[in-house]
Amino acid sequence: MNFINQVIQGAMLGGFYALSACGLSFLFGVMRIINLAHGSLAILAAFLMVSLLNASNLSNILGDYGYLAPFIGLLVILPVMALIGWALQYLVLDRSLRAGPLIPVLSTFGVSIILDNGMFEAYGANSQSLGPAIGDLAYNSWSLTDTLTIGQLDALIFATAVIVLCGMQWLLAKTAIGRTIRATAEEPGVVELIGINPRLVFAVCAAIAVALTGLAGVALAMRTSFDPYAGGPLLIFAFETVVIGGIGSLWGTLIGGIVLGVAQNIGAEISPGGFLIAGHLTFLVILIFRTFGVLPKLSALTSRRAAA
Amino acid sequence: MSGYTVERWTRRSIVFSGVIAALLVILAAGPAIFPPGVTDRLTTLFIYIIIAAMWNALAGYGGLVSIGQQLFIGLGGYALIRLSNAGVSLYPALLLAVVLVGILALPIGELMLRLRGGEFAIGMWVLAELAHFTITLDPLIQGETGTSLIALNAFAPAARRADTYWMGLGLMIALLGTLFILLRGKIGAGVQAIRDDEIAAASVGVQVHNGKRVMFVLAAVGCAAAGAVNLASTISFQPQAFFGIQWTAYMLFMALVGGLGTFEGPIIGAVVFFAMETFFGATGVTYLIGLGVVALVFALFIPRGIWGFLETRFGLRLLPVGYVLKVPAADAAE
Repeated sequence: MNFINQVIQGAMLGGFYALSACGLSFLFGVMRIINLAHGSLAILAAFLMVSLLNASNLSNILGDYGYLAPFIGLLVILPVMALIGWALQYLVLDRSLRAGPLIPVLSTFGVSIILDNGMFEAYGANSQSLGPAIGDLAYNSWSLTDTLTIGQLDALIFATAVIVLCGMQWLLAKTAIGRTIRATAEEPGVVELIGINPRLVFAVCAAIAVALTGLAGVALAMRTSFDPYAGGPLLIFAFETVVIGGIGSLWGTLIGGIVLGVAQNIGAEISPGGFLIAGHLTFLVILIFRTFGVLPKLSALTSRRAAA
Repeated sequence: MSGYTVERWTRRSIVFSGVIAALLVILAAGPAIFPPGVTDRLTTLFIYIIIAAMWNALAGYGGLVSIGQQLFIGLGGYALIRLSNAGVSLYPALLLAVVLVGILALPIGELMLRLRGGEFAIGMWVLAELAHFTITLDPLIQGETGTSLIALNAFAPAARRADTYWMGLGLMIALLGTLFILLRGKIGAGVQAIRDDEIAAASVGVQVHNGKRVMFVLAAVGCAAAGAVNLASTISFQPQAFFGIQWTAYMLFMALVGGLGTFEGPIIGAVVFFAMETFFGATGVTYLIGLGVVALVFALFIPRGIWGFLETRFGLRLLPVGYVLKVPAADAAE
């Protein structure tokens, strides 16, 4: 029974990983950039939320509904993160893209060093959490059986991941903006001929991606504690999720997150240090099989299903 | 004769090579000349030069940006701890550790080199993390607490300091020498073509994969050497310190600021980094932010680094890695 519980908890954790992979995967899909500052940006959003709640005293103003404060705070934090993404595109990514394939990796890593240490300078080394700010929601759960429970926050984050993935699917497949984005991702040079400014499209995408990253950061802060250097692990797990699920596949992202979460929880069941080892091993094994062509591409499977 | 001549050794590069040789002779006498503190710091500088040059071999020439080279730094240290614990005497153990990690790098390279761009970069990081957490399970290492290189107790501090210094210097010369010879040979021409344009290089028959494989293994060996010397110099092996991503930040900074894809650049970058650390290291976090800002500015505005800038601006080439084409008119003008 304990084993089944670990699998279920792992799958719920996978929802969080899928959410944290959205921004990374979107930016890679459109701009072909792996944003190494992804994790640091998520943590930045979490710290900004902490500052916002402290400064606005929103929890006390809301009284009995104080636990809603971080959710209302998102109305401020997400636009701020979108602006940061917009600025990131014009100040860093745009220039990097034109300088060859090595430079985006180097420059976004530079951004992450600045952000991590900047947050350390501003907020100190103490770990923080938004858990207390959301009250009962942080630990309330539904019981499936006597031993199986599902945390309400976990369920909320999982549902958010599904909604975000559906929303992105809809945006890219059905809307005019989505068609513009796909066309620009395909041929940034050619779309200029039909009057589209690719830099503007990229800026919109960076804004969306970084806002989603911010959402993931706030989710992380609600479910656990974080410190200024927590961006690294978040980036690794997000990246593993994207690769396991197949790059460019939205539903693959969800599957990838679940595979990673389940592997980690089973690893933790085997040995206390097994959580990270099992996750990384699973990632590497899937990577090896995929690159040597043993496993079919998950993305191919899911896209075929979507077409059918 | 068509009138064109192709030169490898220009007068300037001969003079400069002489200067380098003289500098190395002075450095070799280091422990006898310098006070202990300086000797220790110079050992650190050698480590920085090694890792900068190795990261550049991988990224600048092989076109492979890795953010997980700390994998080999950590494995170098770990192998030295294990070998020393098994009774191999210290300095042979150090060299053996480097060789072992080099052999291990062969299959790792076969696997990782199938990944492209950012996938390779983060894939290496995942490997480093995996090795880090796996090694903490070793009872000898005692989790994150780490252990010390007890074998060093057998040496008097002065002798130990000098031996480690010479080890660092010797390995640095050997590794830079190997890179130098490789770059002048067929593989070097190949990887320099890969650096400029991988697809074009492949289309004219350069064995891209082979060139990358050589650079990968060389970089692994170099980082293992840096890790092992670092352990001999700092004595204690803490997994977090050896497998930490800060190494990548340092390597990236040195190679980028000095000049990616040039032989001289990373050496200059290492000296710049070493100077910054010496003067500003005590400011802690502010210093790290400064490193990030400088790296970002170089990546965006001076992607060829200090040396790349000087090289194109003044046509400098102090070490004869490439060839210089002399046109008769230019000859006459000189």
